[in-house]
Amino acid sequence: MAASPPPFPPPSGPIPEHGVELLRDMLRIRRFEEACAELYSATKIRGFLHLYIGEEAVATGTMRALGPDDAIVATYREHGHALLRGVGANALMAEMFGRSDGCSGGRGGSMHIFDANTRFYGGNAIVAGGLPIAVGLALADRMLGRDRVTACFFGEGAMAEGEFHESLNLAALWNLPVLFLCENNHYAMGSALELTESQTNLALKAACYEVAAWTVDGMDVVAVERETERAVLAIRGDGGPVFLEAQTYRFRAHSMYDPDLYRDHAEVAEWKERHDPIELFAARLREQGMLDDATLEGLERDIAAELETAIAFAEASEPEPVESLTRHLYAPGPA
Amino acid sequence: MSSAPATTTLTYRDAVREAMREAMHADERIFLMGEDVGRYGGGFGVSKGMLAEFGPERIRDAPLSESAFTGAGIGAALNGMRPIVEIMTVNFSLLALDQIMNNAATLRHMSGGQFEIPLVIRMCTGGGRQLAAQHSHSLEGWYAHIPGIKVLAPATIADARGMLAPALADPNPVLIFEHGSLYNVEGELPDPPPAVDIARAAVMRAGEDVTLIAYGGMLARTLEAAELLAGQGVDAEVLDLRVLRPLDEETVLASVRRTHRAVVVDEAWRSGSLAAEVSARIAEQAFYDLDAPVERVCGAEVPAPYPAHLEQAATPQAETIAAAALRTVGRDG
Repeated sequence: MAASPPPFPPPSGPIPEHGVELLRDMLRIRRFEEACAELYSATKIRGFLHLYIGEEAVATGTMRALGPDDAIVATYREHGHALLRGVGANALMAEMFGRSDGCSGGRGGSMHIFDANTRFYGGNAIVAGGLPIAVGLALADRMLGRDRVTACFFGEGAMAEGEFHESLNLAALWNLPVLFLCENNHYAMGSALELTESQTNLALKAACYEVAAWTVDGMDVVAVERETERAVLAIRGDGGPVFLEAQTYRFRAHSMYDPDLYRDHAEVAEWKERHDPIELFAARLREQGMLDDATLEGLERDIAAELETAIAFAEASEPEPVESLTRHLYAPGPA
Repeated sequence: MSSAPATTTLTYRDAVREAMREAMHADERIFLMGEDVGRYGGGFGVSKGMLAEFGPERIRDAPLSESAFTGAGIGAALNGMRPIVEIMTVNFSLLALDQIMNNAATLRHMSGGQFEIPLVIRMCTGGGRQLAAQHSHSLEGWYAHIPGIKVLAPATIADARGMLAPALADPNPVLIFEHGSLYNVEGELPDPPPAVDIARAAVMRAGEDVTLIAYGGMLARTLEAAELLAGQGVDAEVLDLRVLRPLDEETVLASVRRTHRAVVVDEAWRSGSLAAEVSARIAEQAFYDLDAPVERVCGAEVPAPYPAHLEQAATPQAETIAAAALRTVGRDG
């Protein structure tokens, strides 16, 4: 089963003024995750580690289209989303290390990034389990008269789960402000889309619920930003939910445990060589005279410094004391 | 001549409804969501009339999507509301188990204490109504296994009326298990109804010879068993557990240390049951106070059968409870 490259023409056209910032954001994710992979091999990070490398344009484009009052519900492949949402690299890296200064106090790890300050509601490691939560967040906003959007990320694998269908139906029925953002990387762990879905046109499938649904090239950060803005605009006010599919590809294995035996190496190589969202976009920026070597080096230098600080912060952060094991199990309060 | 204190006669069903009405009048953030809670009036008629009173925004009919509307309750609770989610029966709640277990119970701890989830989930549990093997089970013990949630089992009209307010005031997810055979039970409550706690077990009948421990639908027949025992010269104490998680160990142990004998009654299956947990705690902490092995009277380990005589045979009865109590005092039941 080969995952065909996206049925989109090569990214082209005008680039917004903040083009270099988009490149920087994608690079921040990639360098952060490359460092995580090394730290995993060095046993500083344990458990499962799911890398987003290859998919950076999706989180980068979508995060720019959301406001500070909007809410995010993400999956276990969420480091990039959290980083760009404003969960600091320090708190994020400390969480990867399982330390007390981590954004979840070290209790969640790679798969459970939470940050109330930026309205980042996980870090959900049950496929499709975050969708009902997103519906509820949006329901509360609607009932309280707040004009906010809840952006809910999930992979295409989630679309085989009952919770996807229940949630889309409920959100559409109640006209709730949810952006359902499907990151279609073509493989549900090791199972190709064609092996898991009777209908592989995912937007068509979602549209059955009377939800506006369309597809974007998830390797083109400009297109992702533009289409997310369009979706968010449609949702705000009294608009209902929108389903947006971003077609993308995971360059690394599913997790650090995965020997990646289910994909043709040539297929992976082709995606990397011809569709790398960072390489493609950097080339476009250069073509349009928006990027030179010095700027790129400057970006890389700043990102390396941010990472170095974050790793040192995580190393220095204390482990949670064992005595606090049951802390936060229940919120204190009446009764 | 002093006037008698005012009382109201009401059913268990009325008591739950009055508790919800009172809460919703007091707090705009509270709303009810579930299958057929509005136009139908609730699968068991609990919310009858509430749609007209509060409107469809707050008495929210949900599609048959237990996972989505339970998860939506969690999300709404995270985001400023105080939802009451009604799941028609405990068997159906298995379709929402992912949300209850993987989200409601875990979000606070795994996020390092960043969130509160002031959510109440009510559902009907238990047998006795010939509803067979997909509508009759007592799975509250499974839920009581899960750290991060609280589990209540109102066995009396006072608790049906009183437990909801403190459950809604609690910043944690609270599951309330209403026994289906109790909805029509009628009784009197003082007016206004007394406040109740959701922390302690209650001594429902004081006694000296043996402690009978029950909850929910089994309380009434355990009290009946105590009467049978009284007729045979055995003075039984009856405890209503009320709160299945966290268990009020203190009240249980204090009683057993005094009577030196215990019978745990549980409508659920014996293996891995709440009765097993209570028995184990007695054995761990009051072993040397016991004069007899702890007895358990539990549901038979079969899917709930439809015919009345088989369902009765599968469920603890006053006679089987009394017989177990007699064994603890060295007499043949």
